[in-house]
Amino acid sequence: MADQDPAGALVVEATGVGKTFGDAETSVTALQDIDLSIRSGEFVSLIGPSGCGKSTLLRLIGDLTSPSGGSIKVNGKPAQRARLDRDYGMVFQAPVLMDWRTVAKNIELPLEIMGYAAAERAKRSAELTKLVELEGFEGRHPWQLSGGMQQRVAIARALAFDPKLLLMDEPFGALDEMTRERMNLELMRIWSRTKTTIVFVTHSIPEAVFLSTRVVVMSARPGRISKIVDIDLPQPRNVDTRETERYFELVTEVREALRSREREAAAPDVDRIRAEGLA
Amino acid sequence: MTAARSFARRSSDWLPPVVVFVAVLVVWEVSFLALQVKAFLIPRPTVIAGALVDQWPILSRGLRYTGSEALFGLLTGVALGTAAGLATARWPTARQALIPIGTGMSTIPIIAFAPITLNWFGLESPLPRITIVALMTFFPVMVNTIRGLTEVDPAALELMASYAAPEGAVIRRLRIPNALPYWFTALRIAVTLSVIGAVVGEFFGGPQYSIGNYVTNMTGQFKYPNAWAAIIIACALGISLYLVAVAAERIVMPWHRRREALGQQ
Repeated sequence: MADQDPAGALVVEATGVGKTFGDAETSVTALQDIDLSIRSGEFVSLIGPSGCGKSTLLRLIGDLTSPSGGSIKVNGKPAQRARLDRDYGMVFQAPVLMDWRTVAKNIELPLEIMGYAAAERAKRSAELTKLVELEGFEGRHPWQLSGGMQQRVAIARALAFDPKLLLMDEPFGALDEMTRERMNLELMRIWSRTKTTIVFVTHSIPEAVFLSTRVVVMSARPGRISKIVDIDLPQPRNVDTRETERYFELVTEVREALRSREREAAAPDVDRIRAEGLA
Repeated sequence: MTAARSFARRSSDWLPPVVVFVAVLVVWEVSFLALQVKAFLIPRPTVIAGALVDQWPILSRGLRYTGSEALFGLLTGVALGTAAGLATARWPTARQALIPIGTGMSTIPIIAFAPITLNWFGLESPLPRITIVALMTFFPVMVNTIRGLTEVDPAALELMASYAAPEGAVIRRLRIPNALPYWFTALRIAVTLSVIGAVVGEFFGGPQYSIGNYVTNMTGQFKYPNAWAAIIIACALGISLYLVAVAAERIVMPWHRRREALGQQ
């Protein structure tokens, strides 16, 4: 997408961003010297071992935490201004649905907070229920749905107020492999339909390559960007994409980018990655 | 769901306890009759039932009086407890001070203050019992209200932050719905405490016909079946108030009960 639309506006612009947790004695540097620009219409995945700060970077973009150094701009504004202007929608690893609300009412939650009229809320909710293919489940409560369906409600809710930027923090991390692959296809369909810019945190290499226009490979301790891999697979992506030779080449490229950083990093991290099946 | 199925499901809820209850009554009656158990120990159900009918004029008066004490005390305690919880939940320091104090206070046998409250309000007034009940119910309600308002999923708070939701919206759309199950748990506890507080409070003073006073008088006069009849009235009062609390819970949180039912399957 970035290639097809080189003039796309800068949506995210991180310059020299650092993030340190804890006080002076026990401080842990989660992120250091992060420079990243994301343009309108891109699908950018952040991937790396546990502790590389990929989720922290996403939360910094969303102003859910503040940087210790550097600056983050979203749509040309400071991240906090962008959050207060409701410039982005967020999807977490857990669906975070309200048990006391039905599917339709969960999707309407942000609209209620943002003061949309009831008729407009119902209209948007109906459209989004259709987009995430949950028609017929509007009146159900979250606990009556499967994990995949709950996450679809969370995606619909994030898109309800039509944000131009979607931040997703390992949204399919808790799902089984088959559900995850189906959700990946769903997300591709939604992305091509809504033209939203997406920043997507994952620890799955195949998922990152399949979904993204660019994959940002990160390393741990301190969290840095070690490589950015352009994913030039043709659009639209579909089930056949995963069987092309180029797909395997790109998966290998991302895997090697992850591994080259491991060799330099401390040994325990390598074990960690092996355990997670990434190596 | 059809009406028939709904009835079948509901009858499966209440039928087993009713069957057990009736069986216990029958065994009690028959075995006590056969073993010649003295009435001053425990009278037979039919004897108690006889006393209940016989003493109904005075017992019904006691039920109204004691029931009002329990109810007014309960409403006062629950209202103040909820208000205290809502008022302090927003300030972490107030909350951290109040939760241990509230938990500590709820372990104090407040009923021991009953003789003192008689000095405050006089022997004729229902206020001593209302005060006792209000004090007994205040603390569990306050503590649970604070818990429910503050023990919120951190991710849900982040979600609200991502919407730039104002504090009022967070309270109304997240904290209060989250607190409801905690609050209703406290209400059930408070309802049980209210009848105990009112009846035991009357042991120390109150009109002759009030349930607690009547029980002490009747045992003093060796009229045990009458005392037992009054105890049955107190039980019925407690159970009725409890069922009202459960009904209110189901009306306010229909989703909660169905989720619980799902969890039990």
